[in-house]
Amino acid sequence: MNAMPPLGEPASEPVATSAPGQEAAQEADRPAAPLGPGRETLHYAVRNPKLLIGLGVVTVLLLTGLFGPFLLDGADPHAYSGTQAAPPSGENWFGTTTFGQDVFAQFVHGLRATFLVGVIGGGIAAVIAMLVGFFAGYRGGVVDEVLTMFTNIVLVIPSLAVLLIVNAYLGVRSVPVQGLFIGLTSWPWAARAIRAQTFSLRTRDFVDLARLSGSRTWRIIFREIAPNMSSYLFMTFILLFGGAILIASSLDFIGLGPTDGVSLGLMLQSAQQWSALQLGMWWWFVPPGVGITAVVGALYVANVGLDEVFNPKLRES
Amino acid sequence: MRRYFARKLLVYVLTFVFAVTVNWMIPRFMPGDPVSAMISRARVSQPEAVEAMRAYYNELFGFDRPVWEQYLHFWGSLLQGDFGLSIWVFPQPVSSVILGALPYTLALMVPAVLLSWFVGNWLGALAARRKVLDNTVLPAGYLLTAMPYMWIAVLLAWLLGAKAGWFPVSGGYSLDIQPTWTWHFFTDALHHWVLPFLSLFLVALGGWAIGMRNMIIYELEADHSSYLSALGAPQRLIRRYAFRNAVLPQITGLALQLGVLVAGALVTEIVFNYPGLGSLILAAIQNRDFFLLQGTFLFIVIGVLIANFIIDLVYVVVDPRTRTGMAGGR
Amino acid sequence: MTLTVDDLRVHYRTLRGDVRALDGVSFTVADGEILGLVGESGCGKTTLGKSLIRMDGRMRHIGGTVTLDGDDVPVGDDRAMNAFRFHRISLVPQYSMSALNPTRRIGRMVRELLASRGVSVDTGELHRRLALVGLGPEVLERYPIELSGGMKQRTVMVISTLLDPSLLVADEVTSALDVSNQKAVAHALVGLRDRGLVTSMVFITHDLALTSHIADTVMVMYAGRLAEKAPAGVLTTAPRHPYTRRLLAALPEAGVRRSQGRLSGIEGSPPSLLSPPAGCRFRDRCPLADDRCAEQPPVVEVAPRHHVACWKA
Repeated sequence: MNAMPPLGEPASEPVATSAPGQEAAQEADRPAAPLGPGRETLHYAVRNPKLLIGLGVVTVLLLTGLFGPFLLDGADPHAYSGTQAAPPSGENWFGTTTFGQDVFAQFVHGLRATFLVGVIGGGIAAVIAMLVGFFAGYRGGVVDEVLTMFTNIVLVIPSLAVLLIVNAYLGVRSVPVQGLFIGLTSWPWAARAIRAQTFSLRTRDFVDLARLSGSRTWRIIFREIAPNMSSYLFMTFILLFGGAILIASSLDFIGLGPTDGVSLGLMLQSAQQWSALQLGMWWWFVPPGVGITAVVGALYVANVGLDEVFNPKLRES
Repeated sequence: MRRYFARKLLVYVLTFVFAVTVNWMIPRFMPGDPVSAMISRARVSQPEAVEAMRAYYNELFGFDRPVWEQYLHFWGSLLQGDFGLSIWVFPQPVSSVILGALPYTLALMVPAVLLSWFVGNWLGALAARRKVLDNTVLPAGYLLTAMPYMWIAVLLAWLLGAKAGWFPVSGGYSLDIQPTWTWHFFTDALHHWVLPFLSLFLVALGGWAIGMRNMIIYELEADHSSYLSALGAPQRLIRRYAFRNAVLPQITGLALQLGVLVAGALVTEIVFNYPGLGSLILAAIQNRDFFLLQGTFLFIVIGVLIANFIIDLVYVVVDPRTRTGMAGGR
Repeated sequence: MTLTVDDLRVHYRTLRGDVRALDGVSFTVADGEILGLVGESGCGKTTLGKSLIRMDGRMRHIGGTVTLDGDDVPVGDDRAMNAFRFHRISLVPQYSMSALNPTRRIGRMVRELLASRGVSVDTGELHRRLALVGLGPEVLERYPIELSGGMKQRTVMVISTLLDPSLLVADEVTSALDVSNQKAVAHALVGLRDRGLVTSMVFITHDLALTSHIADTVMVMYAGRLAEKAPAGVLTTAPRHPYTRRLLAALPEAGVRRSQGRLSGIEGSPPSLLSPPAGCRFRDRCPLADDRCAEQPPVVEVAPRHHVACWKA
């Protein structure tokens, strides 16, 4: 749902382009820098609590999603195995649904789907955003006008509304297809941000040099421009990743989720559909919500940590 | 100024054309004969409805005619306000079904969006000033933005509705009364409105607070703030300037977040069974009422475009640079 | 005697420890004097400039005193410094292009700034001062975005000197400009002094050629310490410190002015200021270095107004 992170674009803007004022602050640092830039980043990274906590939570959940299903002997999460509507117990850690399905088994499989849709949706959106953003920002002129116009058009249309129509008509059977459609609709804000970054980088000396030496456009973009904003691109991907998860959970909840499979959003949907709320079966709707919130929240917090690591201005205080 | 608006309007008109085109095109991607496919997928009980659907689809899409003619025809009936007949509540026209649900969605969204924006910005500005607040507002903000809208809705319904029994958790008004312009209906509707409003408000709030806090800190780090500090200007003045500058991107942010907020409102309505567009969409999906779905989609797009335009107007009033930049100079 | 800096020590806090950015610097600037401060990036010149008006959050005043017109300047006390700022010590920053708030008309910003310092605006005087740098009164009705880079620079110069400060710190004001604008700005600064709008000035730059044209005295810094200080003419014609000689030798080479900070003509790099080695800090790069340089050379006045910190001078 929160397809676009409410983090404010300019807040992370100085990441790729070191502002002139920054130089003065670093002046005292520089002669004393026996560490290379990579090692210096690592130095701050392993000391940043936000990054560590965020990544820690994401890692734990990811491992749960990856290996959890194997520990459950690959049991079918839809199997009507236990007692019906049982609260959490030693046997069913998260209790069971009205039909006797194990909530924990569904949760573990759902986490997997959540990460999968995030990777696919966020990845596709990031690729489109980079292609559009780099090309528009680097070429400028008419190319830029057209691409920016197109970006703005897609940006204004609520992506969930488009996905509703697409999913309703075409039907979405699997998580990867859902991720694909999400990726195709959620790239515009990122394209705009990357375009702005590229725009500010393209007049730099090293880019001029590459241009003068006859490098082709895409070569310059991938050899000179992209590496200089790699941290920014990575953070954009993280935000797209989190956004894709939230959109997917909304679609699942409305009833347009993948028809075969388990996901945290679908769990919420069936809990809603079968009145878990009225029946007081909190163990049915609390875990999936906690799962989504934890993954997305941890990603956002890790992102803030990354911003502090990459951006010296934010480090102190 | 005129150029600025002409440009904005162009984007909006193109967006509308794009949205209508998407709406027209997607049914065409359905495998097989689209008309039969759609009719067979629709869960229609009345035989008249099947006939009406077939007739409408044939009339609307006219698959026997050339593609450009089909497309123009689609536009023609659209501009006459003809969205077709709803299958779900056959034979009501889609437009009147939507207009009946619209007030509820607006009553939910407009206050939630505006209030969350104002309160969020205020909280964010406060957080940027005090370390203690910052350490509470920031984590709370991230927690709230990471929550799926429907989940916080479910939690509130469970805690404040089902458990505490303070608020009803379903519907826009009690089942035993009819919507009328009476005080009784109003208080009843208000009672039903609180929880959906609150859940929408809370999730949006977190985002605005974080955005504002980050923007203010960015502004306080900016050169113009350092310059004022170097000249000994009091913190009060520096913060006032920073706040003013930081509000501007938040206004743009409002326009950018509209789609997300609409999506949030839709799923929140579904949780509370609130009789707005969200519940309409759910019904349309469950009943395979494609006309209704497509009509709702276009209404949402139009609504977002209008809201965008209003925000553009506000921005021009608030940011002096847009005005002078256009009057000349630049 | 306007400004006296005595054994000033300022450290930068970093996660790796304290960087001794300014490690015991003493000098004076007389009434009406323009002191040019030169050196490579990281030599402490910017730290010195900041210390004189406003330290950033990571800087810490470790020791030493600053005196202005007989009054002690509390450089380490951000609040107490406010009394000096703008009224007695002012700044033309490196970032003049972005120093003005983009959403306020310049006139209004000046009015609000002055009001916050308890001064009312003398519109006639403001117009006169703008005219001095070739700007019309209509500038006050503009937003910064409507001004060219040069106009913004001159506007900032006017605003900064509005209260006739005793000391003006001009920090790398020319580094963002092209050569012709550099000269114009430098001369405008001299003009401010000549008209008595500022009593004296510290002009910080990495451009030794430019500073020798406008400064009365040039001070060369190296690795947080004073290397040599002499009247501009003396320093450029008869430098005593090997580092100054190398700086001068590097001058005619192309690209020196453009390279941001680092004077590429000199081999090697300055020592780490996290834990600087004992003795002369230029030792590792100095062709004349011998065993004696393991001991720190004192700053000696080798000729009237000519100070050098080198055993070989």
